[in-house]
Amino acid sequence: MMLGYEKDGILDLKFLKLPSQKQLEKGVAIIECVQKIPCNPCVDSCPTGAISMKDINDLPLMDYDKCIACCKCVGICPGLAIFVVKCIDDKAFITLPYEFLPKPVVGKKVQALDRAGKIVGVGIVKKVVNKDKTFVVTIEVEKNLLMIVRNIKV
Amino acid sequence: MIGFESDCIASALHAQGIKILTKSLKYDLPRGFFCGIGKCSSCLMRVNGIPNVRTCIAPLKQGIKVEMQDKFGRLPSAKFEEKPKETINVDVLVVGAGPAGLCASIEAAKQGVSVLLVDENMCVGGQLIKQTHKFFGSQNEKAGTRGIFISEDLKKEIDEFKKAGKINLMLNSTVIGCYEGEKNLHKFMVVKRKDYDNFLIEVNSKTAVFACGAMENMLLFPGNDLPGVYGAGAVQTLMNVFGVKPGKKVLMIGAGNVGLIVSYQFLQAGIDVDRVVEAAPFIGGYHVHAAKLRRCGVPIYTSHSIKEVYGKDCVEGAVVVKLDKNWQPIKGSEEKVECDTVCLAVGLTPSTRLLYQIGVKMDFVSEACGYVAMHDNSMQTTIKGVFVAGDSSGIEEASTAMIEGKIAGVSAALLLGCKDGKKLQKKYIEELNMLREGPFGEKARVAKKKIEKLMEAK
Repeated sequence: MMLGYEKDGILDLKFLKLPSQKQLEKGVAIIECVQKIPCNPCVDSCPTGAISMKDINDLPLMDYDKCIACCKCVGICPGLAIFVVKCIDDKAFITLPYEFLPKPVVGKKVQALDRAGKIVGVGIVKKVVNKDKTFVVTIEVEKNLLMIVRNIKV
Repeated sequence: MIGFESDCIASALHAQGIKILTKSLKYDLPRGFFCGIGKCSSCLMRVNGIPNVRTCIAPLKQGIKVEMQDKFGRLPSAKFEEKPKETINVDVLVVGAGPAGLCASIEAAKQGVSVLLVDENMCVGGQLIKQTHKFFGSQNEKAGTRGIFISEDLKKEIDEFKKAGKINLMLNSTVIGCYEGEKNLHKFMVVKRKDYDNFLIEVNSKTAVFACGAMENMLLFPGNDLPGVYGAGAVQTLMNVFGVKPGKKVLMIGAGNVGLIVSYQFLQAGIDVDRVVEAAPFIGGYHVHAAKLRRCGVPIYTSHSIKEVYGKDCVEGAVVVKLDKNWQPIKGSEEKVECDTVCLAVGLTPSTRLLYQIGVKMDFVSEACGYVAMHDNSMQTTIKGVFVAGDSSGIEEASTAMIEGKIAGVSAALLLGCKDGKKLQKKYIEELNMLREGPFGEKARVAKKKIEKLMEAK
């Protein structure tokens, strides 16, 4: 059986273990890594031991209760597949990896893109950290875009 | 013409908009940069009177004269003087300074044996220097580090052994063949290029590690020879090594990891990727690489292929076509794609010519992507003291190439009597097996199993 993302490269949320509302409010990392790739830097990067793996060929398992949304794994993941999401009132904050120039500027507006690269809204850049030449960018978007927006266009 | 000191001749020409480098012998058709890694004949030019210079690996120097070759060829106008032949005696000759060759050299040197490392390129690193993405794997394989920085780390280690006189590094040099040597010695001839002058060097080595890499596969379609059709390695050479944009708009053929990664690199270089087409009904590369591309708005068309490329002297566009479930083109599904660049990422073939010449037992293993040298798990071939590592022992990827290199380096030292390496060899073999355990390691597992069986049957 071929899975949808193997055909078009777009991940359906049904393949992910989603956090509860409460976990979303404190902020958690969503690992969008669904194939058994021999890779484990995320496990080593996590300061609370929230990410676990049986062996290097296993899928990373995230314990949302242990995750403190520190965003360390976002800049480490070689597949750029980890996103930190957080809900505060009617706003959503998404931290995502970004590897293009120009560098996003804090306070500026950017286009918010979904998993197919479609513009679905506007984001405001809240924070930019350079992690080994990957920008780890936090944007603020409307709450309903929390699990939809996965990229930006400056 | 103006260029930078560190350019290669072909990249400097590209930067000036000169894409036609040579003409085909029979029909006088334009030829351009294709493989960009010194393995094909598309960029042969006459430099300072010497014909057939591979301009993709020949350094640009002030005052050189670069000409297009005439059809029938002319004897070199350069004067060849009688030069004294140099001889080097060494414990381990390593051919190729990519990830496998660098690791083999470092491991062998660590065991205390002398190493001669030879590479055709202007710098070490092989294809690693073009890999701008962070690598997968575990800490042992430097996961999370970009390929180019892994290459820099390995270069530092090589430089230290060089300083200590343990490793002799010869760049811009080609091992051209193996000759009858004295007992228990392998004799090789090496051509060293310096300022477009060639020097012949005789190498007598007790053992040899062949880490010669691979060459890009070509795909059969009308127009595949037009300048503007590149292999994936070639565009990486232009963009990531020399900072030259190959074009403005690209059609990518192949959605394996190479096609996906290079498409992303095109976007990073500010080049538009129209789409990625893939003949298989599914994306062959990692989903995470596909996802990176998709969220930038690049569509991936599975069950699609390229029908033809059109253009007068360079690519002006291409026609793509949908395939049915038997991989046959569906009539009427053709679609024109306007682009000035077509990039082929349709697999690689192991470079094995030297191994053939030495007389190592070779066999065709489809999962290894071609003819490969039969070898055991210490990477030793059917000839004692001759080892293989990396893509030339079967196409895989850089992380496994590095471990294979380590195994080959330690094994060569073990054969020379360095007993300390035994434990290390076992550890590396275990590491390698672990990396291949997952679903994406299946092809390599099958390939190595087949090679093991053929080796036993010899």
